[in-house]
Amino acid sequence: MTEPKKHIHLAAHFPGVNNTTVWADPRSGSQIDFSSFEHLARTAERGTFDFFFLAEGLRLREHKGRIHDLDVVGRPESITLLNALAAVTDRLGLAATVNATFNEPYETARRFASLDHLSGGRAAWNVVTSPDAFTGENFRRGGYLDRGDRYSRAAEFVATARQLWDSWPPGGEPRPFAHHGRHFRVEGTFGVPRSPQGHPVVIQAGDSGEGREFAASCADVAFTRHGTLEAGRAFYADVKGRLAAYGREPGDLKIMPGVTFVLGDTAAEAQEKAAEIRHRQISPQNAILALEQVWGRDLSGYDPDGPLPDIDPDPESALAQGRVKIADPFATAAKWRALSEAKGLSIRQTVIENTGRQSFIGTPQTVAAELDAFVQGGAADGFILVPHLTPGGLDDFVDQVVPLLRERGAFRTEYGGSTLRSHLGLHTPA
Amino acid sequence: MPAPLVRSPVHLAVAIDGAGHYDAAHFTALARLAERGTLDFVTLGDSFARPGLDAPAVLARVAPATERIGLVPAVNTTHTEPFHVSSAIATLDWVSRGRAGWSPEVSTTETEARLFGRRPAANAADAWHEAGEVADVAARLWDSWEDDAEIRDESTGRFVDRDKLHHVDFEGRTFSVRGPAIVPRPPQGHPVTVIDATAARPRAAAVRHADVALVRTQDPLSARTTRQELRDRARAHGRDPERLRVLGSVPVELHTTADAVELAALIGDWHAQGAVDGFHLRPADPERDLGLLVGATVPVLQHRCLLRRFYPGATLREHLGLARPVNQYALTGGSPS
Ligand SMILES: Cc1cc2nc3c(=O)[nH]c(=O)nc-3n(C[C@H](O)[C@H](O)[C@H](O)COP(=O)(O)O)c2cc1C
Repeated sequence: MTEPKKHIHLAAHFPGVNNTTVWADPRSGSQIDFSSFEHLARTAERGTFDFFFLAEGLRLREHKGRIHDLDVVGRPESITLLNALAAVTDRLGLAATVNATFNEPYETARRFASLDHLSGGRAAWNVVTSPDAFTGENFRRGGYLDRGDRYSRAAEFVATARQLWDSWPPGGEPRPFAHHGRHFRVEGTFGVPRSPQGHPVVIQAGDSGEGREFAASCADVAFTRHGTLEAGRAFYADVKGRLAAYGREPGDLKIMPGVTFVLGDTAAEAQEKAAEIRHRQISPQNAILALEQVWGRDLSGYDPDGPLPDIDPDPESALAQGRVKIADPFATAAKWRALSEAKGLSIRQTVIENTGRQSFIGTPQTVAAELDAFVQGGAADGFILVPHLTPGGLDDFVDQVVPLLRERGAFRTEYGGSTLRSHLGLHTPA
Repeated sequence: MPAPLVRSPVHLAVAIDGAGHYDAAHFTALARLAERGTLDFVTLGDSFARPGLDAPAVLARVAPATERIGLVPAVNTTHTEPFHVSSAIATLDWVSRGRAGWSPEVSTTETEARLFGRRPAANAADAWHEAGEVADVAARLWDSWEDDAEIRDESTGRFVDRDKLHHVDFEGRTFSVRGPAIVPRPPQGHPVTVIDATAARPRAAAVRHADVALVRTQDPLSARTTRQELRDRARAHGRDPERLRVLGSVPVELHTTADAVELAALIGDWHAQGAVDGFHLRPADPERDLGLLVGATVPVLQHRCLLRRFYPGATLREHLGLARPVNQYALTGGSPS
């Protein structure tokens, strides 16, 4: 007996503030005008995607004490933008990344409940935790929380938000709430009636054991970096395995890695295009910068087309600010050196080889087949697609790959319901 | 020096407050109606303590469904993060293509303080001092990107010119912000700051920070005196009083066309006395009153050439006749003026 085919979940990431976007491409448009966001969102909705996704960074990244100037920088505030997108879309889910360290539960719960009302049940909240005091310098709270505290605050934050959302029964009058916990002591009456989804969808992004436990305990979707088949399967098995301890079923948490894609008329053409894109993403200046982030040293004297430095990384370095830290720079440097020596790669080539994320490269047919195989093979429930061009980078995917996924019976042909929970096949909370 | 008698056409704004409404269509319909009447802007009140949606969220939802009307949500500055507030309002300006304003408000009740559980209730003096600081830091953050900071220079691989991005290094009494903003400088440079300057404490903040000051009064003579005071105090703070609009904020309740025509007469009368630059109308019931306001009051004012018939510009600043502010960092090459 064959099992029914699993449906793929797809989301569109508006790429910004990273080196994914090839901003020098003549087709690359504004990263801030509303029309760019509208274009990508409408394309995603045309493709019956589950949701549109915005990342967040609360301080401009710095490198060697100066504002980082090589990649796209500058973006709108997520929830405000998504409320505007709710006016120009009908079904598409709208996901905002909002930090649980530099916000307060009452306000955040109210803003997401407002988005859920104003979008007719399409709101999602990607709960991230900030690892650095550097970001804290923009906030009243300031300071730094270590990983354990960050996630205990995040979990209590989400629990408190859900308590507020639950304090107003469907169609009824609000009941007073009181939450007295380790991180928060709040009480009163919540100002927004129960929203169409009951609880906006909760997404988690963060990879440590604490992060996975947080996802297993309370997230509806996990946004991950594990996009290869093997790493994806291991992550998938690990996180799904943690759900039972919280009385949850494997289907209660959707695992969606962030991935890129490159399409071509032939396999060779797609590979060529992919190499060209990687080359443009890693400019000579970006290659040195990536190297400096691993080594924690000023390497501006090195030739990006020359060999890797033979000095050791500085583990105490504070060269890069506002990025997730590399856990073991010695191991990373050793790995990079070994690869460079084995293949005779320059600095720039080594960075290109080492910093890519999973990319689906090929003809629309092979890409559709591969995406499907990942999902049927237990490496993911779906994907958050990160195009390398703004805002038109999803057009070809929707025009060429989506119809093939539909033909394979792996993807919806139309929206079945109107809320994001319904697209994701999640229960509406009682 | 007395204020020049107000003789330019009146500026009109309307409150579309509707605590207890939760659907986007309701607010969109009201904003479109106000736009049909070529009003300068709509305001939307907010409070953490009463049932109702987040005001900036509602007006962001309304933005793509309207084209010209200015959008001015109330924003609490007591329990929010100044950095987030500045980002949200800059974003409202981006999504509305230059039609955003904001109305800073404070919270002094224990009830609201307990919803956050982070600090005890503030007194009005402290809360308004802080609101002024929030307005100040918001403007600095809006300026922390110069307009031409994005360069996309392929030859050097640089997306931005970092010399045109500025730390704001703001140290207030209760908060500090390092900057720069994460949102590029919004289309209007600074979204329009609207402060209800009726009471003494917000008035002190208004004379420093407001582009539009609202004054709740029923009487044109006292409005005129207040306008004069606001302009004098703004000048004392080194501001050009011509860049401050003073609107009389009056409650209205319109049941019949006769009521609407009477309102037009009142507006015309105040205008003739040079009392205010315009009006902020606060309908008792926006759904009922706005129809008569736009259908009857507005045409009478237009007929008397007291109100424009179309929007000559696209941004809220243009509606109000306010120039786009010069960037405080661009002038000085780094340090705020
Ligand atoms: C796929 C992915 C996406 C993320 N997106 C964001 C983001 O948009 N904003 C942010 O502040 N942090 C983001 N993070 C960082 C996490 O919230 C977290 O701070 C980081 O992963 C460190 O936590 P960990 O030790 O559990 O991995 C992301 C992490 C992952 C894995």
